[in-house]
Order: sequence, then C-alpha cells, then structure tokens
Amino acid sequence: MKVKVKFFAALRECVGSSEITREIGEGSTVGELWEALQRDYPKLTPVNMALLYAVNRDYVSTGHVLQDEDEVVFVPPVSGG
Amino acid sequence: MFRVTEKSLDLHELIVFVSSPMAGAIATFLGTARNHNSGRRVISLEYEAYPEMAERELARVGEEARRRWDVERIAIVHRIGLVQISEVSVAIAVSAAHRHEAFEACRFAIEELKKTVPIWKKEVFEDGEIWIGTQSERPLNPATEPKNG
Repeated sequence: MKVKVKFFAALRECVGSSEITREIGEGSTVGELWEALQRDYPKLTPVNMALLYAVNRDYVSTGHVLQDEDEVVFVPPVSGG
Repeated sequence: MFRVTEKSLDLHELIVFVSSPMAGAIATFLGTARNHNSGRRVISLEYEAYPEMAERELARVGEEARRRWDVERIAIVHRIGLVQISEVSVAIAVSAAHRHEAFEACRFAIEELKKTVPIWKKEVFEDGEIWIGTQSERPLNPATEPKNG
C-alpha cells in the first residue's frame, strides 16, 4: 500500500522535496515509516528534534497503524506566533 | 474565523467579525516581527504552515477557549510567507460579555497556538537563517561563522 508524506520547514529542506509517495507494508506504524524514511534520506538520520506525527491532519502517537492512501506529516517543533 | 493567509493582516476585519451585541469587551493581540533575537539582528521572518491542518488546529484552540471561558466570538488569523520587520504575523480578537473572559481567552489563544498549531518560523539574519525550534541552522555562506550574540 502507499501513503503520501508531506514535509515542511526544516524537514522539507533536509529531504529537498515537499511531498513524496512511499510504498509501505501492511500494518506499518507511523514510527516505522519514519525509520524507513531515515534510510531513504540519510540527511534525516541526524535529525535531532522532537517530532510530532500527524495522519490525515490529526496528531497521532508513534504506534499509530497506517492505512492505504493516508496523508502523513512529520511535524517539526512548531514556532508560530 | 480561523485562517492562515499570505496577505497582510487587518485587525479591523477581525474586530468587525467578533463584534456582538452580547459583548461588553473585545480583547485583541497582535504578534509582530521583531528585529532581534538572542542578541542577533533579524532581517525578516518567513512563516510556513501545513495550511489545512493549521486552520483545523486554530479552530480547535478556539473551541478550547470557548469551553474554558464564556466568550462570544473568536478570530485567529496567522500570516505565512515573508513577513518584514514590524509587520503583523498573527492577529487574535476575542469578544465576551466581560473583559476578564476576553483577556484570558485571548492570552490562552496565543499561548496555545505556539504549542500546537503546525506553523514554523524561520528567522533570517545577515549571515544565516534558522528554523526556530530546531537545530537546523544554516549559514547562507558556509565560510562565514555566525557571529556570537
């Protein structure tokens, strides 16, 4: 199955792309997807910030199981205001 | 009214939106682009949002404020893109029957926005730029060491 991953701010600059589609195995969690992306994009490996996870525009925990066509965002520390 | 926009912000528009015959007070807050941070001169700010989720989270902040205080109407609008020094980056207006609730809910809205809403600020310096909240500082010219502030 496939999920859409959007990147913003510092992560967008690390990856060099604002949106990708990634094939993942059935039952993959959002945390496992992050580990897979760190293998795909070595520049993400040293990312040392407290990320939040959002699936379909809601915050979820790292163990959240992904579904086909989900929209996933790894949210760097927010700094609006 | 819960919005992110690339346009410059107009507080009057928010005040008109929250005006109500039930209200005895309107509290407002403006966040403006400051020309310094931690001793370094800031040239401009750049905001980026995950727009669809940011507007949903702004609405959630508004709902939570409404749950905690007896307020009439709330408007929160955040600007994204390039924001020049002194320009407004965020505007909030809250109407309530009494000033206490209006002040408290307005304060809550800006504090909560800064914790949960997926919007990011980049500070641009003379010799580099940084996404606030992260360690990803990038000198514009790698040969130039950032000046200590």
